[in-house]
Amino acid sequence: MDLFIAIFTGTIVAATPLVLAALGELVVEKSGVLNLGIEGMMLTGAALAFGVALAGLPLPLAIVAGVAGGAASSMLFGVLALTFLTNQYAAGLALAIFGSGLSAMIGNGFGNTPIAALGTLHIPVLSDIPLVGPLIFRFDILVYFSLFMVVFIGWFLYRTKAGLVLRTIGESPQSAHAIGYPVVRIRYLAVLFGGAMAGLAGAYLSVVYTPLWVENMTAGRGWIALALVVFSTWRPYRVLLGAWLFGGMTILQLQGQVLGIALPSELLSALPYLATIVVLVIISRNRQMLALNFPASLAKPFRPAG
Amino acid sequence: MRFTIEQRPEPSAVMRVVAPVAAIALTLVVGAGLFAALGHNPVAMLDAFFIAPLNSLNGLSELLLKASPLILIACGLAVGFRANVWNIGAEGQLIMGAIAATGVGLFYPNPDSVLLLPLMFLAGMAAGMAWAAIPAFLRARMNTSEILVTLMLTYVATLFLSWLVHGPWRDPAGFNYPQTAMLPPYALFAPFDDAYRVNHSVFITAVAVVVMWIFTDRSFLGYKMAVAGAAPLAARYAGFRESAAIWIGLLAGGAAAGVAGMAEAAGPLGQLSPNVSPGYGFAAIIVAFVGRLNAFGIVLAGLLMSLLFLGGETVQVSLGLPSALTRVFQGVLLFFLLAADFFIFYRIRRVGGQN
Repeated sequence: MDLFIAIFTGTIVAATPLVLAALGELVVEKSGVLNLGIEGMMLTGAALAFGVALAGLPLPLAIVAGVAGGAASSMLFGVLALTFLTNQYAAGLALAIFGSGLSAMIGNGFGNTPIAALGTLHIPVLSDIPLVGPLIFRFDILVYFSLFMVVFIGWFLYRTKAGLVLRTIGESPQSAHAIGYPVVRIRYLAVLFGGAMAGLAGAYLSVVYTPLWVENMTAGRGWIALALVVFSTWRPYRVLLGAWLFGGMTILQLQGQVLGIALPSELLSALPYLATIVVLVIISRNRQMLALNFPASLAKPFRPAG
Repeated sequence: MRFTIEQRPEPSAVMRVVAPVAAIALTLVVGAGLFAALGHNPVAMLDAFFIAPLNSLNGLSELLLKASPLILIACGLAVGFRANVWNIGAEGQLIMGAIAATGVGLFYPNPDSVLLLPLMFLAGMAAGMAWAAIPAFLRARMNTSEILVTLMLTYVATLFLSWLVHGPWRDPAGFNYPQTAMLPPYALFAPFDDAYRVNHSVFITAVAVVVMWIFTDRSFLGYKMAVAGAAPLAARYAGFRESAAIWIGLLAGGAAAGVAGMAEAAGPLGQLSPNVSPGYGFAAIIVAFVGRLNAFGIVLAGLLMSLLFLGGETVQVSLGLPSALTRVFQGVLLFFLLAADFFIFYRIRRVGGQN
C-alpha cells in the first residue's frame, strides 16, 4: 500500500513541472506562436529561484523570481519572433541554448548545497483521513495550483471572450487584425504567460522537486512539455493526462532503480524519452484529430499591414 | 514623429553583408558588458576570445580542430534546414557515429589493417544516418515532428554511450574511469605535425563543404529541396514529394554528424568517453544559421564558433569562469543575427513629421 501511495503521489509531483510548462506553451501555441525555448526558460527560472532561496530569502519569493526569470527570458524570443518576424524555430532554439548557458552561469557558484524544499500542506482533518489524506491532501501548494491552472486555462480558452480572441489570432491573425484586435500585443502577452509558466515549472524543479541545483537539471523536460502539447492535441485536460503518463514513467523508472531491477539504469532512464516518441507517433498518425485543434497559423510570422 | 516598418521592394544586398558583421559586433559589446558585470576586464575577454587563439601555431591548430566538426555538421544540417526539415539532434547522431566507429576500431579482428580507418569512417557515417533515419521515417510515414524525435533520440544516445563506457566497453585497465581502451594506431587520423592536434580529418570537412556547395547551388535536386522549403505547395505541384526532402535532409545531417563523431573518436580523443562532444551538434545548428545555410558562410561561421569555444576554454582556465559562457555567447550571437536579418527584408521609415 505504501508503495502504491509513493508511486501515486510521486507521479503527481513529477508531472507538475510538465503540466505547468506545457499549459504555458499551449496558450502560446493557441495564439499561433511556437516557442521552442521552454527548456531555456525553465532553466533560467530554476537557477534564479534556487539562487534566491540559497540566499536565505523566503521560498515564495524564490518562486516569484523563477516566474520573473522565465517571463523575462521569454521576451528575448518574443522580440525576435513578434517584432523582428524571425523564423520562430530558430529564435526558440536560440533561447533554448542561451537559457542553458545563462542558467549554468548563474548556478556556477551554487555548489552542491541543498536547500529546504517547499513543504507539503497539512490541511486539518482532510490530510489525516487514512489513505485519502496522503493520496489527495498532502501535496505542496503548487501541485494544487497546477491543477487549478488546467481548469482555469480550459475555461479561459473555451468559455471567455478573451480566450476566443486568442484562438482566433492563432487561426487567422489577418481576420483578427481586420476586426481591430491588437494581434501582436496579444501574442506578446501569450508568450509572456508561457515564459512565466515555464519559469514556474523550473522553480518547481529546483526549490520543490529536487531541491538542489544541477547544471541542465531540467534534463529535457522543456522538450517533453513541447511534446505534451502535441500529445494533448491542444486541449488543456489532455495535457494533464499526458503529464501524469510521463510522471508515472519517471517514477516507475526511479522505483525500478531502487528495487534493483536487472536492467541497466541507463535503459530505465531512457524510458521517458522513448515513451515521448511512441506517444507522439501514435497521436501524430491521427491527422484528423490533430487538425481539429491545431492552430492554423502556428509559427507563421504576422505583420499588420500598413 | 512616428516610425513605421515597411517591406523593402528587394532584399537589401548591403544588409546581407552588414547584418552578420553587426551581429558579431553587438555580441562583442554584450560580451564585454557581461565581463565587466562579472568583475573582469573586458579587454581580457577580447584577448581570450580573439587574440590568444590566433597568435600561436597551437592556437590555429586548435581552431581548425574545433571548426572542422562544426563546419562538417552544419553543412549536413543546412541541407535539411533549407527544406524546412528541423534536425536538432545532430548531437545524438554524432554520438552514435562515434560509438559505431570506436566499436569497429576496437573490435576489428586485424588492428594493423590499413582498411581500419576507412571502415570506421563508413561505420560512423552509417550509424549517424541510421539514427537520423528514425525521425525521417517517423516524419515521412507517421507525420511525427522531427524536432522532438531527433532531440529525444539525443538523450537516448547520450544514455547509451554512458552505459557502454560504464559497462561493457569500459577499459579493464582504465582504473575504473568510464572510458574505452585507446584505439590502435591504425584507427587514428595522423596529425599533420606531432606537436599539434589538428589531423587529416579536416580534408573530410573540406570535401563536405564542396559537396554541399555543389548540391545546394549547382544541382537540380538541391534546387528542388530549396523549393520544397520555401513553397511546399509549389514543390508538390511540381511533383516533388515532401518525403524525399525529409529523407534527404535528415540523412545528410545524420551522415555529417556521424562522420564528425567518428573523427572525434579517431582524432583528438583516441577513445570513447561520456564527453565525446562538447556540444558540437547543437552549436552546428547556430553555425548553419549564422552561415546563412550556404557553404561559404558556414565555413566562416564555423571558424567563428570555434573561436568562441576556444575563448570559453581559455577564460575557464585563466579567469575561472564557467564554460557555459560559451553557450551564452552562442545564444546571444544567434539572437543578434536573427534580429539583424530583419533589416535585409524590412526597413524602418519615419512617417509624417507633424504627428
